[in-house]
Amino acid sequence: MDWILEPWPWYVAGPLIALVMMLLMYFGKSFGVSSTMRTMCSMAGAGKISDFFKFDWKAQIWNIIFICGAIAGGFIAHNYLSAHHVVDLNPKTIASLKSIGIENAGSSFMPDSIFGIDALSDWKTWLFLIVGGLFVGFGSRYAGGCTSGHGISGLSNLQLPSLIAVIGFFIGGIIMTYFILPYIL
Amino acid sequence: MKYIKFIVLGMFFGIILSKAEIISWYRIHEMFRFESFHMFGVIGSAVVVGIISIQIIKRTKAKNSLGEEFHYTDKKMSIKKYLLGGSIFGLGWAMIGACPGPMFILLGKGVASIVIVILSAILGTFIYGLVKNYRIFK
Repeated sequence: MDWILEPWPWYVAGPLIALVMMLLMYFGKSFGVSSTMRTMCSMAGAGKISDFFKFDWKAQIWNIIFICGAIAGGFIAHNYLSAHHVVDLNPKTIASLKSIGIENAGSSFMPDSIFGIDALSDWKTWLFLIVGGLFVGFGSRYAGGCTSGHGISGLSNLQLPSLIAVIGFFIGGIIMTYFILPYIL
Repeated sequence: MKYIKFIVLGMFFGIILSKAEIISWYRIHEMFRFESFHMFGVIGSAVVVGIISIQIIKRTKAKNSLGEEFHYTDKKMSIKKYLLGGSIFGLGWAMIGACPGPMFILLGKGVASIVIVILSAILGTFIYGLVKNYRIFK
């Protein structure tokens, strides 16, 4: 059973993600995480302010439940199913991160300089996390989906709009990674 | 009771993305630098299995658990919406190193700062709802 505790390779994870999508479809639903944030706005009463949030959110409760399960899954994997929390990165990535001020890349899942509790004493960390979150939330709704809705569900159903969205994900991601992150990290 | 299957599927999803390190900021950074095949393998193999499964279901007219045909959402065509919206999303994805699914999974992992990200992503969703009818976003 040791394999469970080791990191899982891509050819295990990818097909299992497809299995999750197919099971959701079998239960009459669809696979897409970012729409839950629209549901949360609606649950909080945002329908009074914008028609975009005026819909029957009760029909989306299953997806909120799915997300709660995902949170529990993250807890279980971290505490019971992991022998270690080291990420085996390409040495080139480690070197380039070091050159922009991120030390010990891969020694944990997240860089401490962005996600560590101590980093929160710097207002720039707050700004970074808030702006990043705003981009993800705004962009996924504008594009009508995120990695799950467009990247997996949409492409699996051969949707051209999803392919355009995924190309967009990479345009934004490459601009940020190569031209902006080196100056703000 | 009818929701139990969704909580189980969600847990399964959270475990897969944790165990394959998809929730790691570094994996996403490495992907955008094209220095590892890992994330391309994950998304690529998920899509290949998805395409084959959906084609089989469409051709055999298999029914879902409700005894109906499977539902598919055909997305309305627009280049600007998907390209621009997608690019804004990509900017955030490369900063946070997590898309919406992993954000919630990281919460379960115990990454406290992700709460700030989740709340601002919900705020970003809300802002889109406020401005979506402005001409520049159409």
